[in-house]
Amino acid sequence: MTPLSGYLLVAAILFSIGLAGALTRRNAILVLIGIELMLNAANLNLIAFWRYGPHPEALTGMMFAIFSIAVAAAEAAVGLGLVISIHRHAHTTDLDRMNRMKG
Amino acid sequence: MSIAFYLIAALTVAGGLAAVLLKNTVHCALVLTVAFAGLALFFLQLDAQFAGFAQILVYIGAVAILVVFAILLTRGSETPKDSVFSKNWFAGLVIAAGIFAVLGWAVLQSGRVLPHETAVPTVTVLQIGNALMGCYVLPLEIVALLLTAAMIGAVIVALHEKEGTK
Repeated sequence: MTPLSGYLLVAAILFSIGLAGALTRRNAILVLIGIELMLNAANLNLIAFWRYGPHPEALTGMMFAIFSIAVAAAEAAVGLGLVISIHRHAHTTDLDRMNRMKG
Repeated sequence: MSIAFYLIAALTVAGGLAAVLLKNTVHCALVLTVAFAGLALFFLQLDAQFAGFAQILVYIGAVAILVVFAILLTRGSETPKDSVFSKNWFAGLVIAAGIFAVLGWAVLQSGRVLPHETAVPTVTVLQIGNALMGCYVLPLEIVALLLTAAMIGAVIVALHEKEGTK
């Protein structure tokens, strides 16, 4: 097994864990945690391909990962703000009980 | 594959699994930092020092704290009496396992054709700054705008509704 496939396998495991968490948990914040894990797994892929691919001096993969981190931070802030707003409105963060859009 | 790789991989995967499986939401947020720290160690091991320290600053420093704040503000720290998993958890588990099978199969099949450069890239912060201000200046400006808009949007969404303003 080459080092790159090792990193890709770890990223695949992390992505699947995050996806399973996002699909199976009831708490909205835990769903966001699962999405963060998936984003991080994608970042690990980008950095691993940057390191072992040709022309690392072009910095393409690393820049992509840095911008991805910035976008993920914005996503986390807006997502958690939405969860707090929904909790204030419906008094729950249980996704199974949030079944109406009008509230 | 070095010993360090397996140690960090075990730490990261264990952190991620615990973050998804634990019952108490605060514990989930705390072990999530372990997974983030493992990923930062991976970045450092891959000679991407800037990305590794950015990961530590942004994820462990900001996102994990934000998640803990959100959990405490929404009283999510109380462990629910019934199951923490949703009604159709089995379907979600099957989908995740299927996607993992496809990804793992693809990675293992493409092992020979994957690139494998052994030369360690030397990247200085000066090069990163030049790249950010040179060919990546437009994405940088867009990210700056996005962060501002996201910050204002998050504040407006989470603002307390005053009585009688509806």
